[in-house]
Amino acid sequence: MTKKMAIIATKGTLDMAYPPFILASTAAALGYDVQIFFTFYGLQLLRKDLSDVKISPLANPAMPMPVPMPVLVQALPGMETVATMMMKQKLKKHGVATLEELREICLEADVKFIACQMTVDLFEFDKSEFIDNVEYGGAAMFFGFAGETDICLFV
Amino acid sequence: MNFDKELNARGLSCPLPIVKTKKSLADMTSDQVLKVIATDCGAVKDMQAFADQTGNTLLSTTEENGEYIFFMKKK
Repeated sequence: MTKKMAIIATKGTLDMAYPPFILASTAAALGYDVQIFFTFYGLQLLRKDLSDVKISPLANPAMPMPVPMPVLVQALPGMETVATMMMKQKLKKHGVATLEELREICLEADVKFIACQMTVDLFEFDKSEFIDNVEYGGAAMFFGFAGETDICLFV
Repeated sequence: MNFDKELNARGLSCPLPIVKTKKSLADMTSDQVLKVIATDCGAVKDMQAFADQTGNTLLSTTEENGEYIFFMKKK
């Protein structure tokens, strides 16, 4: 019988955007049937344009820094953009796929994306800003699949 | 070793070597052999795990000048 994996993606920052897409694409390659439930800030990962998905050094003490940086400096305007740029360069240098590429790989491998209708309404997101291959539903709908999975992860 | 298709996964990081291996195998027929060249050392264990979980056979893994060469027989 086909194995199944469900992931709940709740974060919308660059660092936390990678795990759901990496795990989902890998599981799909291994033959798993995969669904990702995007809720709260995870919904940002369904936007057609992912350029707003950033990483902040603030409140992120585990983030490796090229030079020690006091928290007050990290809070300066533009630091988020700088950190995001540096992270993207690092990812590229190491041959890590972009989020857009990984998302596309997931879709090609029939990973199903479900957007939480409640949080779409809560944040007043415009569905036209999301990619087309998204189904909208609630937690109960997700449990229909999640309840039968071999692996279920909360990211 | 004889092979039917070659995949260049040089410079690619996890999970791309695995994902691309899966894609390459998709349009091959049973018993055909895929050669994969990767530079990501994580691919060594991942390719074995891929083979174990998908039923394809990893015929060999070798390292040459910092490159890893895999021969995978499609089930």
